[in-house]
Order: sequence, then structure tokens, then C-alpha cells
Amino acid sequence: MAKWFESHLPKIVLAPSFIAVLIFVYGFIGWTAWVSLTRSRLLPKYEIEGFIQYERLFDSPRWDTAITNLYIFGGLYIGISMVLGLILAILLDQNIRTEGAIRTIYLYPMALSMIVTGTAWKWILNPGLGVQNMVQGWGFENFTFDWLVNPDRAIYAIILAAIWQSSGFVMALFLAGLRSVDTEIIRAAQVDGIPTWRVYTAIIIPSMAPIFLSAFIVLAHLAIKSFDLVIALTGGGPGYATDLPATYMYAMAFSRGDIGQAASSAMIMMLVVFAIIVPYLYSELRVTKHD
Amino acid sequence: MEGSDIWEELKMKYTAFAAVSAVALSVAGMAQAEPQAEVLHWWTSGGEAKSVAVLQEEFAENGGTWTDMPVAGGGGDAAMTALRARVLAGNAPTAVQLKGPAIQEWYEEGVLADISSVAEAQGWADVLPASIANHMKCEGTWCAAPVNVHRVDWIWANAEVLEANGIEMPTTWEEFNAAAETLQAAGITPLAHGGQAWQDATVFETVVLGLGGPEFFQSALVDLDTEALTSDTMKAVFDQMRTLRGYVDDNFSGRDWNLATAMVMNGEAAFQIMGDWAKGEFLAAGKVPGEDFLCASTPGDGFLYNVDSFAMFEVDGDDKRAGQELLAELIVGQNFQKVFNLNKGSIPARTDVSLDEFDSCAVTSSEDMAASSESGSLLPSYAHGMALRGAQAGAITDVVTAHFNSDMSSDEAVQMLADAVANSM
Repeated sequence: MAKWFESHLPKIVLAPSFIAVLIFVYGFIGWTAWVSLTRSRLLPKYEIEGFIQYERLFDSPRWDTAITNLYIFGGLYIGISMVLGLILAILLDQNIRTEGAIRTIYLYPMALSMIVTGTAWKWILNPGLGVQNMVQGWGFENFTFDWLVNPDRAIYAIILAAIWQSSGFVMALFLAGLRSVDTEIIRAAQVDGIPTWRVYTAIIIPSMAPIFLSAFIVLAHLAIKSFDLVIALTGGGPGYATDLPATYMYAMAFSRGDIGQAASSAMIMMLVVFAIIVPYLYSELRVTKHD
Repeated sequence: MEGSDIWEELKMKYTAFAAVSAVALSVAGMAQAEPQAEVLHWWTSGGEAKSVAVLQEEFAENGGTWTDMPVAGGGGDAAMTALRARVLAGNAPTAVQLKGPAIQEWYEEGVLADISSVAEAQGWADVLPASIANHMKCEGTWCAAPVNVHRVDWIWANAEVLEANGIEMPTTWEEFNAAAETLQAAGITPLAHGGQAWQDATVFETVVLGLGGPEFFQSALVDLDTEALTSDTMKAVFDQMRTLRGYVDDNFSGRDWNLATAMVMNGEAAFQIMGDWAKGEFLAAGKVPGEDFLCASTPGDGFLYNVDSFAMFEVDGDDKRAGQELLAELIVGQNFQKVFNLNKGSIPARTDVSLDEFDSCAVTSSEDMAASSESGSLLPSYAHGMALRGAQAGAITDVVTAHFNSDMSSDEAVQMLADAVANSM
């Protein structure tokens, strides 16, 4: 009895969370997929009507804007955060005296909620209150910095705030990666008289590939589900210039009573996530098999 | 030893629980005949909460038990999410703050109750303007009770600023544009505006009404007639929107409407186009209508209304149904209509309430409502969810706000408008 119990304990302990995940994650993904094929409006309906919601979605200029914004936002946010994080990590790695304090300062924005970041940057970037007003007050009358209210630039204002929030976190990840590189190799390279920048580009950074992957996955999912930052910073405006798929989905489901449309946009968002996660999973699982 | 302690404790807890439930059950049994109402609403801010409290008191005075279910946030979005969950769970609240075509949308889901008996006994058809009464009916039966009438097509102005620049309240859009040029030359922001989609839509619909007239408004924004949507009149409307864009300050993006009102109040800006909830801001700041600030309908004929109402949901049990009927009767009753609307800044939905205690703007509003009801120009506001269902109204707002916030041409805008409306069906 005790033996049976011992051998089955892991399964018994895992069963509730397994069932919960099965229903509340995969079950509801299936439900959303179903609803996205119906003409649901206020309440979900279950008669399948084909791909009408997807046709409406791809005809909608607002969805076009949302998807384009996702590419711009995702690309720049992930790219710049990683580059900036890496540079900060390398600079911090030079055995400087106050490393602990500086590391905390850079990591601190991550402790803030996106709503707080969004609200603070809303004030900083507001042309009448923030940077523009301040610089003009210094006597530079022609200085303009109106990203927040300019429909063509507003998405970059969001990227700016998002990078400020995340690059410290990426720095911490990279710093851990830098420290985990075998010091013997680095010493050997130094003995051979190889310049420091070459040590970084040829030895340390290539050996940090898994860290890059982790950082990329973390940032990518943050970018795709990004919602609160947009709501706090621009509310999707001016117009709908800073809409992202998540805010589009929210507007359809909760403000407009158009559940079918919301479900179809949610499915597209999930496919985007899959496009990123599946190659990652594939490479991970393949490595495990090799072992 | 330890184990038995836990059992003791559990036993005690359950005994206590059983006792409490028994008491609760007997109380519920005694209260069988008492009218019960659970009311879902999102009036949670200062003046609004006070207004609901009036109804709550009156309900209690008539022997009812009121269960308040305020859900704040998102301009009612959060409340609608809560409602959806409750309806799907088969446990709808007694009455829900709903308005416009959303009432009929819920009726089509088969969850609204019939309160025709109350409406007929109280003679609602005689005291409510016909077009407002129609919003309260679902296929001929009454299913909702109106609370108030907000007028949307108001233009508010700072009296001092207008006087200093020698400007009269504009009665046509040309006059408005001329006044705006004068003000701009004097270094005053002509139009205080907040760059939020619904505010853009509010201004847009007043321009549609002003330039196109009531019939055009009806065919474009209520009947969604493609010809009207792509007509030259609609192009002229977008041209005027582009002109208005030049009259707002650079900093308008995302500004809340009450901050725009404050700009008019302290003379930073001259005009604001906003519904009569803006009046509440002026009054709260101790400003006097006619002296400190002026109110007038936006240029053109007609009256755009935004009527708050409570829709009655299908509920089980005599006590709840009794509560529903009592609630409906009180909401449309003379006393509540007066007290509530004095608090909220709107006007009573019923036309036979004495307006002695109301301010001059409200009296104007009420007179105009009666006059436009006669002439057929009493129209539902599209920007405030009275004319169209969510998906269609949202599609139009998307185009309006995209046009207002970019350099899109009017030709492009009308084409996008027609496409967006077709896509939202």
C-alpha cells in the first residue's frame, strides 16, 4: 500500500493542477476557437458560421494598425532592450566599486507595475507638462518633443517607456550570464594578449546563447500581451494609432459587445505566440532527446 | 491528540455555520412578501452616487430591500462584464443600468422582463416623449424605465472671454469658425477638447446635426444609409472636423472631458462642445449660468438625447418581481425624476415635472426637447450609445477619431466610413 502510494504520489499531487490547466487553458482555447467561428455578439452563440469573423478582422483598418504596431513595438522593444541590457551588463562587469547599488537602480523599474510606468511617462512626454515644456522653458523655443500626441510617433513613445522598464531586467539576466562564463578561458585569452573587446565578441557573448534565447522569449511574450502600458500611456490614442492586438481584443469583447470578433483576434494573437514559441520548444525538446 | 483538536474545532465551526444559516433562512422566510431588488449600476462618483442614494432611500421607504451592486470602471464596461457573467450563470440582477439599443440587444437574448403592467398603470406613454418611450420598449412591451435625459449637443462658453473679444454665441458653424479665428488671433484656445475617441465622436455628431440637419442625421447615423454616409454633406462634415482640429490646443491628446471644461472655466479656452454633464463641473466650481458661463445648443436645429435607463431582467420569485415593479414605478415617479436630475445636471425624462428648481440651462433643454419632439428632430446620440449597437457605433468612432488625429482627407474618410459600417454588420 505504502509502496503503491509512494509510486503514485507524484501523479496524485499533479493531477489537480493538470486538470485545471487542461480545462482553463486548453479547454478555453478550444472554446475561443469555436466562438471565433460564430456570429457571437453580446453573448456567445454556438452555431458555426465559418470564417466570417476572420474576414471582418482582416478587413478592419484598426486591426491592420494593431498588427503593424505589434511588429514595430515587438521588434524595437526586444531589439533595443537586449542591446541596451547587454551594454549595461558589460559595463557593470568591469569590477566597478558601487556595482551593487547601480545594479539595483537599473533593476528597479522592473519592480513597478506597467500602469505606474505608463502614467509617469504620460506626464514626462506630455508636451504641455513634461520634457518639451521644460526645454522650451530653458529658452529653446523651437524645441518640440510631441511623440505622445503625434499619431505617427506615439507608438515610439510606448516603446521608449517599455524599454525603460525592461532593459534593467535584461541587464540582470546578461550579468548572470557574463558571470557564468568560465574564468579560465578568459584568463587564457588575456594571457595570449587578446584585447578585451575581442574577448567579449569572440568568447563571452557566443557562450551566452541560451541567455539570449531566454531574454528573447521573456521579452517577446511581454510584447505580445502588452496591454496595461498602452492603456495607461495613450489609451490606444491618438485616434487608435497605438492600438495593439490585446487592446483591440479588449475593445471588441468588453466595450462593443462583439465577442466573435474578439475571439478571432485572440486566436490570431495566439498564432503569433505559437510562431515564436514553437521553434523554441522544438529546439529545447530536441536537445533533451540528444541527452 | 492534535488530530482530535482539529475535529473539535471543525465541529464547532460547522455548528456555528449551521446556526447562522438557520437564522438566515428564517429571516429570508419572513421577508417573503417584501419587495427585493438587486440593482447593477456604475454610478459611483460623487454626484452620481448621491443620485442613486435618493432612489435607494425611496425604495426602502416603500418597504423594499435594496441590494446595491455598483461596478465601477471603464464607463460601464466592467459592469457589462459582470452582467454577462450573471446572465450566463442564470442569475441576473433585478434591474441593470442599460441604455439605447443595448436594451433591445439584451431582449433578443431572451433575458428581459415585461413591465407593461406598471407602465400602463402609471400612464408612461402620456408623460414620456414618444422617441424616448420607444427606447424603453421591446417589441411592443415595456422592458425598461428611463431615468433622465442628457442633452449632448451643447456648446459651453466662458462669458468673460466672449465679451472681451466681442463674440456672440454662434448659431451657425460659419459663425463659430469666424469666432474661433478671432479668438486664436487673441491667443486664446478657441475649442477646449479632450482627444479621446468618444469626445471626438461627440463633436462629430453635433457637426453632422448642424451641417446636415435632423433628417440627414437620421439617415446617416441612425439608419446607416450608405448614400448619406458617402454624400457631399458628410464630406463637408469631415472638412469642418478638420477645421475644428485647428482650433484645439496641441496638448489635447487623451485629456479628460472635465479638464477641458476647466480650461473654459479659467478662460484658457473659450468654447467646449460637450453634453450637459459639463454643467455639473461649472456649478460645482460655483459658476453661475448666464453670468460666468453660457450654454447654448450647438449650431443647427435638433436635440440629441442621451437617456439613462434601467432595464428589468427576468427574475424568479414574487418578492423580486414585486421589487422590480416598485422600482420601475419609483424611477419614473415625479419625485425621483426631479431630485435625481437636480443632482445629476440632466433633465427629467417625463415632461410633466415642475422645473422651478432647475437652472436656466436645464429649462432651455426641457423646452427644446418638447419643441423638437413635436417637430420630429428629437434624435438619439450615436456617440453615447443611443442610436446604434456597440459594433456599428464603434466602427464609426474608429473612423472619426482616425480622421481627426491624422491628415486623412475627407474623401478618404467617407469611403472608410462606408467600409467600416459595412464591415461591422
